[in-house]
Amino acid sequence: MTAKVAEEWLNACSGCEISLVDMGERLLDVLQLVEFVHIPVLMDHKYYGQLGDKKHIHIPEADVGIISGGIRNKEHLEIAEEMRKQCKLIIALGTCATHGGIPALANSYTNNQVLDRYYSTETTDKPDTYPSEGLPELLDCTYALDEKIKVDVYLPGCPPHSDQVFSALAGLLTGNPAVLPNKSVCDTCPTVRKGKGDLKQLRRFLQSPHYNAPNEPIDKMHCLLEQGFLCMGPVTKGGCGGDSIHPRCISARVPCRGCYGPVKHDGNQMLDMLNALASNQIDIKSLPETTSLSRFSGAHHNLRPKK
Amino acid sequence: MAQVINIAPITRIEGHAQIAIKLDDDGNVADSKVHFQSLRGFEKFVEGKPAEEIPRIVNRICGICPWHHHLASNKAVDKCFGATPPPAGHKLRELMQTIAHAEDKLLHFFFLASADFVIGPDSDYKVRNVIGVAQANPELATKVVKTRQMTKMILEKFAGKAIHPVAGVVGGFAKPMVEEDRKEILAKMEEVLEFALFTINFAKTEVFPKYLDTVKTLGVITTGFLGTVDDQGALNLYDGKLRMMKPDGTFTDFSVDNYADYLGEHVEPYSYGKMPYAKFWNEGFSLDLDKPKGVYRSNCLARINVADKMATPLAQAELEEFRKLFGRPAQATLLYHWARLIEEVYACEHAIELLKDTSITDTNIRAKVEPKAGRGVGCVEAPRGTLIHDYSTDENGLITRANMIVGTTHNLGPINMSVNQAARLLIQKGKVDEGILNKIEMSVRAYDP
Repeated sequence: MTAKVAEEWLNACSGCEISLVDMGERLLDVLQLVEFVHIPVLMDHKYYGQLGDKKHIHIPEADVGIISGGIRNKEHLEIAEEMRKQCKLIIALGTCATHGGIPALANSYTNNQVLDRYYSTETTDKPDTYPSEGLPELLDCTYALDEKIKVDVYLPGCPPHSDQVFSALAGLLTGNPAVLPNKSVCDTCPTVRKGKGDLKQLRRFLQSPHYNAPNEPIDKMHCLLEQGFLCMGPVTKGGCGGDSIHPRCISARVPCRGCYGPVKHDGNQMLDMLNALASNQIDIKSLPETTSLSRFSGAHHNLRPKK
Repeated sequence: MAQVINIAPITRIEGHAQIAIKLDDDGNVADSKVHFQSLRGFEKFVEGKPAEEIPRIVNRICGICPWHHHLASNKAVDKCFGATPPPAGHKLRELMQTIAHAEDKLLHFFFLASADFVIGPDSDYKVRNVIGVAQANPELATKVVKTRQMTKMILEKFAGKAIHPVAGVVGGFAKPMVEEDRKEILAKMEEVLEFALFTINFAKTEVFPKYLDTVKTLGVITTGFLGTVDDQGALNLYDGKLRMMKPDGTFTDFSVDNYADYLGEHVEPYSYGKMPYAKFWNEGFSLDLDKPKGVYRSNCLARINVADKMATPLAQAELEEFRKLFGRPAQATLLYHWARLIEEVYACEHAIELLKDTSITDTNIRAKVEPKAGRGVGCVEAPRGTLIHDYSTDENGLITRANMIVGTTHNLGPINMSVNQAARLLIQKGKVDEGILNKIEMSVRAYDP
């Protein structure tokens, strides 16, 4: 028996879909077990019928609905609601769907501020009125999926590792939806923590961290946060390395920025990080700014326009 | 009675768009519009953020070409801060970008486009996709899926993240390449080159000949072209000067630092996406099929049109064969597919060149950088076209102003023209079927938007 799957991307970049494709040969195995009934990136099923003559968006019934991206405009909302209606189970795929993701950085601004800038850059012939004909109207901000529809399974990540996309899909098909454990990136990070030190200031990532030799394994490198670089590992959900375990950015000797969202679904990465730094007597004024600590989780009203 | 036909969403493309075709009382095409529906506002929300963080933010503009945003952004921030990456830092960036190109083109040709040719433009939509292609050709599908994933995983294994990368850093690259990595990646890229050659030969013998009539007619428009070339006039994906070619083949070279003197962006009421045009031609902007104004195209067909030659031997031989058949500049829109496979060969050959030079393992990969006030324009050729990031910073190195012109954006005007042309060609006296609507979409898919 095959399971029917519908997939949609809303306020998204397609990275989550590419992660799905990056399963490689496992994708061919998955295709033996699932029947895609709707997936715009790979398949020509249309919203308004194949000849475009229907009035409302229609998505076929499915056992599993996968949605990437947050909800930014009225069409996203209509699609999300139709997916919820037609699918027995909804998976929020990727951090945009679970927490707003990078596009929710726009939540620090009003729509007019965003439009004013976009349509007045130095190369733009500024229009008298902003485009609207045949276009979906923007909502007041970017929403995570669960602010508008019920979500059954959360699979954060920017993008989620293809190993996790595979285990989630395989798990669902066998009736055991896989969820990521409530571990932080630090819990999964093999770098060496010495635990003591008199770090007072954080440095911006403008130089290479210290390591002893080009081929020194990551588990011999001194923790980047303890080296004085801002690293969001303590307040970010772990698992980004997939089956190979190591956090992906750390393995490139680059500090974490929080792309799996908060460790607990309703955590606040910015506040949790500032608290963690303050309780370790690290001067939070040494950070050049703090909005971007919420860069992956600006939905759920975590970021709002300044009054 | 007047009628509007909606193709929504346009499928097997990477972005969000819909088509509306208006028919007149006789059922002929009166007008068509392509609605580009995404608006996220990166230009606004990068303001106030530390410039060195931007390459890790703007890569989210596109999950298919994040390396290119990441690197154009790094180049812009380098310039803002007056940083000069050491040679190996640039080489590692370029290698990652070139391998990302090689992977991207396989993705587009096999996963998104091939169904129209292998299964057929008029076939049932339920099998007219990569799943149908895999079922019809399981052996080929396995080879494609394996090779593409191997290419992609080179990026993940070496640089940590393949999608939304982090390894490009202001001042250079985050980690050096050791000899073992170099040998391993070189061996893999030699395998990818072999597959690239198989693919272009497969396309030239099994695919394109069957569709030559379609290629010569569907979505055909006449425009200028934009791309990047090196000092010798050879196609370059990572760096060089911009070249804008007019439809008659004459061209102007300019530095990307001055892009705003040459390019403008027009706004149409039916598209959130803006439409760049060649401002310096001083003819304004029009998408009129017979008399377009200011319209040029980007992406692979544009790049191989503006280039005098390809810098690698196998790709050069392919270009010569292509030019003998279609001239310079080649205008037929479906030739994007052919041009893409020529670039695929180039990307593989060039990655191999970079890897054969052992200086890529130099451990001096990153200059130490101080934040400061400045302005920087960074540019690379993304798979979908010339990608420009332009930032200003204040004395703390925070972004005060950003402008971005993204690869696909250059083609939004031309896509409208190709759809209009295809609709007029195929829809007559109100007769519309699924095959016709899919063929109109094929004129969009060629641009890989």
